[in-house]
Amino acid sequence: MLQLSQIFKVFNEGTTDEKAALENVYLDLKDGDFVTVIGSNGAGKSTLMNLIAGNLTPDVGKILIDTKDVTRLKEHERSKLIGRVFQDPMAGTAPSMTIEENMAMAYSRTRKRSFFAKGVTKSRKTFFKEQLESLGLGLEDRLNAKVGFLSGGERQALSLLMATFTDPSILLLDEHTAALDPSRAELITDKTKEIVSKNELTTLMVTHNMQQALDLGNRLIMMDKGQIIFEAEGEEKQRLTVERLLEEFQKIQGNQLANDRAILSH
Amino acid sequence: MFTALFGSVELGLIYGIMALGVYLSFRVLNFPDLTVDGSFVTGGAVAAIMIVSGYSPILATLAAVGAGFIAGSITGTLHAKGKINPLLSGILMMIALYSINLRIMGNSPNIPLMREDTIMTMFQSFWATLPFDGWMTSLFTTLNLPFTPSTWGILLFAIMIVIVVKLFTDFFLSTEVGLAIRATGDNPRMISSLSANTDRLKILGLGISNAFVALSGAIVTQYSSFVDVNMGIGMIIIGLASVIIGEAIFGKGSIFKITIAVIVGAVIYRMVVALALRVGFLETGDMKLITAIIVIGALVVPRLLENGKERRRKYRKARKIKEQYGGEKSVAATKSDL
Repeated sequence: MLQLSQIFKVFNEGTTDEKAALENVYLDLKDGDFVTVIGSNGAGKSTLMNLIAGNLTPDVGKILIDTKDVTRLKEHERSKLIGRVFQDPMAGTAPSMTIEENMAMAYSRTRKRSFFAKGVTKSRKTFFKEQLESLGLGLEDRLNAKVGFLSGGERQALSLLMATFTDPSILLLDEHTAALDPSRAELITDKTKEIVSKNELTTLMVTHNMQQALDLGNRLIMMDKGQIIFEAEGEEKQRLTVERLLEEFQKIQGNQLANDRAILSH
Repeated sequence: MFTALFGSVELGLIYGIMALGVYLSFRVLNFPDLTVDGSFVTGGAVAAIMIVSGYSPILATLAAVGAGFIAGSITGTLHAKGKINPLLSGILMMIALYSINLRIMGNSPNIPLMREDTIMTMFQSFWATLPFDGWMTSLFTTLNLPFTPSTWGILLFAIMIVIVVKLFTDFFLSTEVGLAIRATGDNPRMISSLSANTDRLKILGLGISNAFVALSGAIVTQYSSFVDVNMGIGMIIIGLASVIIGEAIFGKGSIFKITIAVIVGAVIYRMVVALALRVGFLETGDMKLITAIIVIGALVVPRLLENGKERRRKYRKARKIKEQYGGEKSVAATKSDL
């Protein structure tokens, strides 16, 4: 469960480059919610992600995960609760370490890391193998391969698995299929659907791909200029199409334009 | 000459501990840590002053390890908490340690340990009760070898201690914390999204790295019965030389192999220096120049060899293609057809 209330974030405040990245954002994810977030560049999607993950802290506002106030916690403290997949397939894994070592590090996410216990043990190896088998990419036979030798798609699939197999309270997906070729992107999208529904993960996914935003999840959010301007849930979301979304977007922007005109004409 | 080489193997193994420390900071953490020049002397100074003051050499050596750990963690803190650039944090700590080392040594630039009990003499007196040296001497004389080392004790001691440090490194880097330290050097963004505090891991890693360096300094001091406040100058380059020579010869494999490579690299470095110093026109003062040339050689030669191999491969391929397709003529022909 994730709750954001009254979030404000401004970059370069007081300079000519001042930019209000988020303005009075409220967001409430119930357990098992899968929310897709769309919006044009600069709408505040990435800022939203980074605020939840703890790379940024809000100027004003509160962030609760599992009813725990995490607003002032650092990234590494919060990430006990958060699984995250980045846009860059290279970002989520350590290239000069093996697949099993990478999985061992992800396995330790929710616990205190020990000085004395080996990261990769026999029983964990068996567990990692089972997990990798569920991806169906044959990675289970390459536990000792360095991750740097995997392709981008394989690395992203591994990142997705590493973010989810420890059952995070929140799963953050940051345009995680955007850097892949269409067939690989489809594979990762399918795996995402499968893993999220199997583990009933509370998920927030940012995407540039409207169709993907419609296909996945039970809720959809559209952002623009640091605000949430449109929301659809359940059946309403299922009835949405890309055309309707674009219409909606233009309607809201048109309204704003009309408002601006109205103000200016007076 | 064989005696010199034998000595350089002993010394190379002891410097191998320092090289393992440099491997930890430079390769594992991806942090070029210049603290080494200072913490090497800190180890020697702490051990020497404690031995002179009558403490047990073992306790003195352990204290040296602790002092090195503290020095390294301060460098780490400067970088992680003070946001100072890695190179600069190391240089600052190295400079600061020069004064601190002088203080530790009671403001004298060197301390001799001539008639003191050291960890070496302790092991040596135990070793003397074993008949091993006598056997080796008789073996060497019957084989008619040109030299007989006076004792094998120091070599064995050096091998034992460097193996202990190597195995500790191997084990530590496979623990949960060790894996996180490796990831901190490899992909910090990833490991902090996996709930690891990269600041703390860097501080810890640099602490352990400099603890190794100080241990090496403490043992070198007891080996040569002498500590000098300037003996750390250029130490980081010697460590780097060992790491690079080891990697150039053995390549980059598992941690288990790399740590062996680093130690062998340290020994080879010492042997090359020992041989270079026997060349007529080189003097002791040329040591640092020789070191620099060895490092440059270890960095550049593998590249040149690789380039040459690649050029020959392309040349062979071009010839093969020419035989198959009849050279560039076909292109010219099509062009004239147009």
